[in-house]
Amino acid sequence: MADSDTTLAVHEPGLRHHFDDSAQQLDSSTLGMWVFLVTEVMFFGGMFGAYTVYRSMYPEAFASTSHFMNVTIGAINTGVLIFSSFTMVMAVRSAQLGRKKAIIAFLVLTLVLGCVFLSLKYVEYHEKWVDHHIPGPGFQYQDPRYVHQAQILFFLYFAMTGMHAIHMIVGAGLLTTLIAMAARNRFSSAWYTPVEMIGLYWHFVDIVWIFLFPLLYLIGHTQ
Amino acid sequence: MSHPIVSVKVYASVFGALLALTITTVAVSRLELGEFNFVAAMTIAVIKATLVVVFFMDVRHATSMTKLFVGAGLFWTAILLVFVLSDYLSRGLLPGPGWL
Repeated sequence: MADSDTTLAVHEPGLRHHFDDSAQQLDSSTLGMWVFLVTEVMFFGGMFGAYTVYRSMYPEAFASTSHFMNVTIGAINTGVLIFSSFTMVMAVRSAQLGRKKAIIAFLVLTLVLGCVFLSLKYVEYHEKWVDHHIPGPGFQYQDPRYVHQAQILFFLYFAMTGMHAIHMIVGAGLLTTLIAMAARNRFSSAWYTPVEMIGLYWHFVDIVWIFLFPLLYLIGHTQ
Repeated sequence: MSHPIVSVKVYASVFGALLALTITTVAVSRLELGEFNFVAAMTIAVIKATLVVVFFMDVRHATSMTKLFVGAGLFWTAILLVFVLSDYLSRGLLPGPGWL
Protein backbone atom coordinates (compact mmCIF):
# COMPACT_ATOMS: atom_id res chain seq x y z
CA MET A 1 0.00 0.00 0.00
CA ALA A 2 2.75 2.38 0.93
CA ASP A 3 4.54 1.52 -2.33
CA SER A 4 1.60 2.45 -4.55
CA ASP A 5 1.16 5.74 -2.68
CA THR A 6 4.71 6.75 -3.39
CA THR A 7 4.47 5.82 -7.09
CA LEU A 8 1.27 7.86 -7.42
CA ALA A 9 2.93 10.90 -5.91
CA VAL A 10 5.74 10.88 -8.47
CA HIS A 11 4.88 12.84 -11.60
CA GLU A 12 6.95 14.04 -14.47
CA PRO A 13 7.13 17.85 -14.40
CA GLY A 14 3.96 19.41 -15.81
CA LEU A 15 2.07 16.09 -16.01
CA ARG A 16 -1.53 16.18 -14.80
CA HIS A 17 -2.51 13.10 -12.86
CA HIS A 18 -5.38 12.06 -15.19
CA PHE A 19 -2.95 11.34 -18.04
CA ASP A 20 -0.88 8.17 -18.32
CA ASP A 21 2.28 10.01 -19.31
CA SER A 22 3.55 13.27 -20.84
CA ALA A 23 3.33 11.91 -24.37
CA GLN A 24 -0.38 11.15 -23.99
CA GLN A 25 -0.96 14.56 -22.42
CA LEU A 26 0.79 16.31 -25.31
CA ASP A 27 -1.17 14.24 -27.89
CA SER A 28 -4.44 15.22 -26.17
CA SER A 29 -3.49 18.90 -26.21
CA THR A 30 -2.50 18.66 -29.87
CA LEU A 31 -5.82 17.06 -30.80
CA GLY A 32 -7.75 19.72 -28.86
CA MET A 33 -5.79 22.51 -30.56
CA TRP A 34 -6.50 21.02 -33.97
CA VAL A 35 -10.23 20.87 -33.20
CA PHE A 36 -10.06 24.59 -32.48
CA LEU A 37 -8.04 25.24 -35.64
CA VAL A 38 -10.61 23.32 -37.73
CA THR A 39 -13.32 25.70 -36.44
CA GLU A 40 -11.03 28.55 -37.52
CA VAL A 41 -10.63 26.97 -40.97
CA MET A 42 -14.44 26.86 -41.30
CA PHE A 43 -14.67 30.48 -40.12
CA PHE A 44 -12.22 31.73 -42.75
CA GLY A 45 -13.63 29.20 -45.27
CA GLY A 46 -16.97 31.06 -45.23
CA MET A 47 -15.23 34.30 -46.14
CA PHE A 48 -13.18 32.61 -48.87
CA GLY A 49 -16.47 31.19 -50.22
CA ALA A 50 -18.05 34.66 -50.27
CA TYR A 51 -14.97 36.01 -52.06
CA THR A 52 -15.15 33.28 -54.73
CA VAL A 53 -18.87 33.83 -55.34
CA TYR A 54 -18.49 37.60 -55.83
CA ARG A 55 -15.35 37.17 -57.90
CA SER A 56 -17.22 34.82 -60.25
CA MET A 57 -20.06 37.38 -60.50
CA TYR A 58 -17.85 40.42 -61.21
CA PRO A 59 -14.54 39.13 -62.63
CA GLU A 60 -13.63 42.36 -64.51
CA ALA A 61 -14.32 44.60 -61.52
CA PHE A 62 -12.31 42.35 -59.20
CA ALA A 63 -9.41 42.16 -61.65
CA SER A 64 -9.39 45.98 -61.97
CA THR A 65 -8.81 46.38 -58.20
CA SER A 66 -5.49 44.55 -58.36
CA HIS A 67 -3.92 47.76 -59.75
CA PHE A 68 -4.56 49.38 -56.37
CA MET A 69 -3.10 46.56 -54.30
CA ASN A 70 0.46 47.02 -53.09
CA VAL A 71 2.01 43.78 -54.35
CA THR A 72 5.46 44.73 -53.03
CA ILE A 73 4.24 45.11 -49.44
CA GLY A 74 2.05 42.01 -49.83
CA ALA A 75 4.99 39.92 -51.02
CA ILE A 76 7.33 41.26 -48.32
CA ASN A 77 4.67 40.52 -45.70
CA THR A 78 4.35 36.96 -47.05
CA GLY A 79 8.10 36.53 -46.60
CA VAL A 80 7.95 38.07 -43.11
CA LEU A 81 5.20 35.67 -42.03
CA ILE A 82 6.99 32.64 -43.47
CA PHE A 83 10.16 33.72 -41.65
CA SER A 84 8.15 34.10 -38.42
CA SER A 85 6.79 30.56 -38.88
CA PHE A 86 10.38 29.35 -39.21
CA THR A 87 11.45 31.14 -36.01
CA MET A 88 8.35 29.68 -34.30
CA VAL A 89 9.33 26.07 -35.14
CA MET A 90 12.85 26.89 -33.97
CA ALA A 91 11.37 28.09 -30.64
CA VAL A 92 9.47 24.79 -30.31
CA ARG A 93 12.64 22.87 -31.19
CA SER A 94 14.62 24.84 -28.57
CA ALA A 95 11.92 23.93 -26.03
CA GLN A 96 12.21 20.24 -26.94
CA LEU A 97 15.95 20.48 -26.33
CA GLY A 98 15.44 22.47 -23.11
CA ARG A 99 17.46 25.47 -24.34
CA LYS A 100 15.80 28.21 -22.34
CA LYS A 101 17.69 31.22 -23.72
CA ALA A 102 17.10 30.04 -27.29
CA ILE A 103 13.33 29.68 -26.63
CA ILE A 104 13.14 33.32 -25.52
CA ALA A 105 15.33 34.52 -28.39
CA PHE A 106 13.24 32.76 -31.06
CA LEU A 107 9.93 33.80 -29.47
CA VAL A 108 11.06 37.45 -29.35
CA LEU A 109 12.14 37.21 -33.00
CA THR A 110 8.73 35.74 -33.92
CA LEU A 111 6.97 38.54 -32.03
CA VAL A 112 9.10 41.22 -33.74
CA LEU A 113 8.32 39.73 -37.18
CA GLY A 114 4.61 39.68 -36.30
CA CYS A 115 4.84 43.37 -35.40
CA VAL A 116 6.68 44.10 -38.69
CA PHE A 117 3.79 42.42 -40.54
CA LEU A 118 1.19 44.49 -38.68
CA SER A 119 3.16 47.72 -39.27
CA LEU A 120 3.30 47.07 -43.02
CA LYS A 121 -0.42 46.25 -42.91
CA TYR A 122 -0.97 49.64 -41.29
CA VAL A 123 0.94 51.33 -44.16
CA GLU A 124 -1.31 49.52 -46.65
CA TYR A 125 -4.53 50.44 -44.82
CA HIS A 126 -3.34 54.04 -44.72
CA GLU A 127 -2.84 53.97 -48.52
CA LYS A 128 -6.40 52.70 -48.92
CA TRP A 129 -7.65 55.48 -46.66
CA VAL A 130 -5.82 58.17 -48.67
CA ASP A 131 -7.13 56.69 -51.95
CA HIS A 132 -10.76 56.66 -50.64
CA HIS A 133 -10.88 52.87 -51.04
CA ILE A 134 -12.58 52.31 -47.68
CA PRO A 135 -16.12 50.98 -48.40
CA GLY A 136 -18.82 53.41 -47.32
CA PRO A 137 -20.16 56.87 -48.22
CA GLY A 138 -16.65 58.22 -48.93
CA PHE A 139 -15.76 55.44 -51.37
CA GLN A 140 -14.33 56.59 -54.70
CA TYR A 141 -13.17 54.48 -57.61
CA GLN A 142 -11.18 55.50 -60.65
CA ASP A 143 -13.19 53.34 -63.08
CA PRO A 144 -16.81 54.59 -62.99
CA ARG A 145 -18.14 51.27 -64.40
CA TYR A 146 -17.04 49.37 -61.30
CA VAL A 147 -17.77 51.76 -58.39
CA HIS A 148 -20.26 49.43 -56.71
CA GLN A 149 -18.66 46.13 -57.61
CA ALA A 150 -15.15 47.22 -56.62
CA GLN A 151 -16.59 48.31 -53.29
CA ILE A 152 -17.62 44.69 -52.66
CA LEU A 153 -14.02 43.59 -53.25
CA PHE A 154 -12.65 46.23 -50.89
CA PHE A 155 -15.23 45.22 -48.28
CA LEU A 156 -14.03 41.60 -48.58
CA TYR A 157 -10.42 42.82 -48.54
CA PHE A 158 -10.90 44.64 -45.24
CA ALA A 159 -13.03 41.86 -43.72
CA MET A 160 -10.53 39.13 -44.58
CA THR A 161 -7.23 40.95 -43.96
CA GLY A 162 -8.83 42.60 -40.91
CA MET A 163 -9.84 39.26 -39.38
CA HIS A 164 -6.38 37.98 -40.22
CA ALA A 165 -4.77 41.01 -38.55
CA ILE A 166 -6.93 40.50 -35.44
CA HIS A 167 -5.63 36.92 -35.31
CA MET A 168 -2.08 38.29 -35.59
CA ILE A 169 -2.71 40.70 -32.68
CA VAL A 170 -4.08 37.81 -30.58
CA GLY A 171 -1.02 35.78 -31.59
CA ALA A 172 1.28 38.63 -30.52
CA GLY A 173 -0.44 38.64 -27.11
CA LEU A 174 -0.01 34.86 -26.83
CA LEU A 175 3.68 35.15 -27.77
CA THR A 176 4.18 37.82 -25.10
CA THR A 177 2.65 35.43 -22.55
CA LEU A 178 4.96 32.64 -23.74
CA ILE A 179 8.02 34.90 -23.43
CA ALA A 180 6.99 35.80 -19.87
CA MET A 181 6.50 32.10 -19.02
CA ALA A 182 9.84 31.17 -20.60
CA ALA A 183 11.57 33.96 -18.66
CA ARG A 184 10.17 32.42 -15.44
CA ASN A 185 11.63 29.04 -16.42
CA ARG A 186 8.22 27.43 -16.76
CA PHE A 187 9.25 25.26 -19.71
CA SER A 188 11.51 22.24 -19.82
CA SER A 189 12.19 19.49 -22.33
CA ALA A 190 9.59 17.45 -20.38
CA TRP A 191 6.85 20.09 -20.58
CA TYR A 192 6.56 22.81 -23.24
CA THR A 193 2.95 22.25 -24.39
CA PRO A 194 1.97 25.97 -24.60
CA VAL A 195 4.93 26.71 -26.92
CA GLU A 196 3.85 23.92 -29.26
CA MET A 197 0.11 24.82 -29.17
CA ILE A 198 0.65 28.53 -29.81
CA GLY A 199 3.09 27.48 -32.52
CA LEU A 200 0.23 25.59 -34.23
CA TYR A 201 -1.97 28.69 -33.99
CA TRP A 202 0.78 30.89 -35.42
CA HIS A 203 1.30 28.56 -38.40
CA PHE A 204 -2.46 28.48 -39.03
CA VAL A 205 -2.52 32.29 -39.25
CA ASP A 206 0.41 32.03 -41.69
CA ILE A 207 -1.59 29.59 -43.86
CA VAL A 208 -4.56 31.98 -44.02
CA TRP A 209 -2.20 34.65 -45.37
CA ILE A 210 -0.71 32.17 -47.88
CA PHE A 211 -4.20 32.01 -49.47
CA LEU A 212 -5.11 35.68 -48.98
CA PHE A 213 -1.99 36.98 -50.73
CA PRO A 214 -2.57 35.45 -54.22
CA LEU A 215 -6.37 35.91 -54.07
CA LEU A 216 -6.37 39.59 -53.09
CA TYR A 217 -3.10 40.86 -54.57
CA LEU A 218 -2.22 38.77 -57.60
CA ILE A 219 -5.50 37.86 -59.32
CA GLY A 220 -6.04 39.81 -62.51
CA HIS A 221 -2.57 41.28 -62.26
CA THR A 222 -1.96 41.00 -66.00
CA GLN A 223 -5.16 42.79 -67.06
CA MET B 1 8.19 12.32 -25.90
CA SER B 2 6.14 11.31 -28.89
CA HIS B 3 7.52 14.14 -31.02
CA PRO B 4 10.98 13.45 -32.40
CA ILE B 5 13.34 16.41 -32.63
CA VAL B 6 13.55 17.50 -36.25
CA SER B 7 16.89 18.80 -37.58
CA VAL B 8 17.33 22.50 -38.33
CA LYS B 9 18.23 21.50 -41.89
CA VAL B 10 14.68 20.21 -42.53
CA TYR B 11 13.08 23.38 -41.17
CA ALA B 12 15.51 25.59 -43.11
CA SER B 13 14.80 23.66 -46.34
CA VAL B 14 11.03 24.08 -45.86
CA PHE B 15 11.57 27.79 -45.15
CA GLY B 16 13.64 28.10 -48.34
CA ALA B 17 11.03 26.23 -50.38
CA LEU B 18 8.25 28.50 -49.06
CA LEU B 19 10.22 31.64 -49.99
CA ALA B 20 10.98 30.23 -53.46
CA LEU B 21 7.29 29.42 -53.99
CA THR B 22 6.32 32.96 -52.91
CA ILE B 23 8.67 34.41 -55.53
CA THR B 24 7.31 31.92 -58.10
CA THR B 25 3.69 32.88 -57.43
CA VAL B 26 4.47 36.60 -57.88
CA ALA B 27 6.43 35.86 -61.09
CA VAL B 28 3.68 33.63 -62.52
CA SER B 29 1.04 36.29 -61.77
CA ARG B 30 2.87 38.65 -64.15
CA LEU B 31 2.54 36.24 -67.07
CA GLU B 32 -0.52 36.35 -69.30
CA LEU B 33 -2.02 32.89 -68.83
CA GLY B 34 -5.75 33.63 -68.77
CA GLU B 35 -7.71 31.34 -66.47
CA PHE B 36 -4.53 29.40 -65.75
CA ASN B 37 -3.26 32.34 -63.63
CA PHE B 38 -5.87 31.50 -61.02
CA VAL B 39 -5.15 27.77 -61.19
CA ALA B 40 -1.38 28.35 -60.87
CA ALA B 41 -1.79 30.76 -57.93
CA MET B 42 -4.07 28.36 -56.05
CA THR B 43 -1.87 25.33 -56.79
CA ILE B 44 1.18 27.11 -55.38
CA ALA B 45 -0.84 28.27 -52.34
CA VAL B 46 -2.01 24.69 -51.67
CA ILE B 47 1.58 23.38 -51.95
CA LYS B 48 2.79 26.08 -49.52
CA ALA B 49 -0.02 25.35 -47.06
CA THR B 50 0.71 21.62 -47.25
CA LEU B 51 4.41 22.25 -46.49
CA VAL B 52 3.45 24.33 -43.43
CA VAL B 53 0.92 21.75 -42.18
CA VAL B 54 3.14 18.70 -42.73
CA PHE B 55 6.50 20.07 -41.56
CA PHE B 56 5.97 23.18 -39.41
CA MET B 57 2.76 21.96 -37.74
CA ASP B 58 4.35 18.51 -37.66
CA VAL B 59 1.26 16.58 -38.72
CA ARG B 60 3.54 13.87 -40.11
CA HIS B 61 4.45 12.94 -36.52
CA ALA B 62 0.96 13.46 -35.12
CA THR B 63 -1.29 10.65 -33.88
CA SER B 64 -3.73 8.98 -36.28
CA MET B 65 -6.57 10.64 -34.37
CA THR B 66 -5.12 14.11 -35.01
CA LYS B 67 -4.57 13.27 -38.70
CA LEU B 68 -8.21 12.11 -38.91
CA PHE B 69 -9.40 15.42 -37.43
CA VAL B 70 -7.22 17.46 -39.82
CA GLY B 71 -8.55 15.44 -42.77
CA ALA B 72 -12.15 15.80 -41.55
CA GLY B 73 -11.65 19.57 -41.25
CA LEU B 74 -10.43 19.79 -44.84
CA PHE B 75 -13.25 17.54 -46.03
CA TRP B 76 -15.91 19.68 -44.37
CA THR B 77 -14.33 22.86 -45.75
CA ALA B 78 -14.52 21.22 -49.19
CA ILE B 79 -18.24 20.50 -48.60
CA LEU B 80 -18.76 24.15 -47.63
CA LEU B 81 -17.03 25.50 -50.74
CA VAL B 82 -18.22 22.90 -53.27
CA PHE B 83 -21.89 23.16 -52.27
CA VAL B 84 -21.88 26.98 -52.18
CA LEU B 85 -20.08 27.24 -55.53
CA SER B 86 -22.09 24.48 -57.25
CA ASP B 87 -25.12 26.67 -56.60
CA TYR B 88 -23.74 30.10 -57.56
CA LEU B 89 -21.50 29.04 -60.44
CA SER B 90 -24.21 26.93 -62.11
CA ARG B 91 -26.89 29.63 -62.07
CA GLY B 92 -28.09 30.47 -65.55
CA LEU B 93 -26.43 27.43 -67.13
CA LEU B 94 -29.83 25.86 -67.85
CA PRO B 95 -32.91 27.72 -69.09
CA GLY B 96 -35.26 27.99 -66.15
CA PRO B 97 -38.89 28.98 -65.97
CA GLY B 98 -39.46 32.69 -66.35
CA TRP B 99 -40.68 33.24 -62.80
CA LEU B 100 -37.32 32.12 -61.31
